[in-house]
Amino acid sequence: MASYERTFCLQVPSSTENLALIREFVSAIGEQAGFSETETVQLALAVDEACTNVIEHAYQNEASHEVTVRVTVDENEITFEVIDRGRGFDPTAEPVLPVEELIRQRRSGGLGLRLIRTIMDDVQYRIVPGQMNELRMVKKRHAAGGVNPAPGAPR
Amino acid sequence: MLGLRGYLDAHTAPRFEAAVEEELRAGRPRLVADCSQLDYISSAGLGVFMTFIDEARAAGGDIKLAAIQPKVYQIFDVLGFPALFDIQPTVEGAVARFDAGDGEG
Repeated sequence: MASYERTFCLQVPSSTENLALIREFVSAIGEQAGFSETETVQLALAVDEACTNVIEHAYQNEASHEVTVRVTVDENEITFEVIDRGRGFDPTAEPVLPVEELIRQRRSGGLGLRLIRTIMDDVQYRIVPGQMNELRMVKKRHAAGGVNPAPGAPR
Repeated sequence: MLGLRGYLDAHTAPRFEAAVEEELRAGRPRLVADCSQLDYISSAGLGVFMTFIDEARAAGGDIKLAAIQPKVYQIFDVLGFPALFDIQPTVEGAVARFDAGDGEG
């Protein structure tokens, strides 16, 4: 399993103008890893949402910090780690409300997390005090999604 | 009519938000967002529609979405937006919905 593993890393200033760059980075890797166009768009969206949270909440829109996106691809799944050194903000602790409820409360902020949770198979948040915060998102390869199975992988 | 081009994310959504707000403040609550040139939308963009939809409808109008590309439509779909918003295949169709009805999608 480890023989297939590849890691990619992107570090950019914490400004929303870099979201487009982050999406291109994720899309290119998703495509190369064999995910369908539909899945690739969704992966880029989920990472965009995670990075937007970091820029707006952890760093309060200060562009002088850095956001790191680390992507690991193996034959079973693709893993995204969004890392910051700002104010710890655990998005997984937020309740996931129905969209109708979000509209009623004018809480568009809850949408991003809802998208991440819907798109990804596993989402975890980790704080290493004084060092970093890390949102880890995993998307498994699904044969039904048109993904090329890795050589020798069980069907 | 609001034409959207390129991508609507946390970087560009504030401009769109200002445009929608300007229309509503000017007493024009019957809005059609032409999404034919829209390549991408994130929650920041979706949030603009969510923020103003109730206000537009309360004023006798609506925010209708038209000509959404499939790759963008799937993002709306993930959140169940098609059940909450009036989404039409063409701009003309969306405009006609205002002419035909009372604005309630």
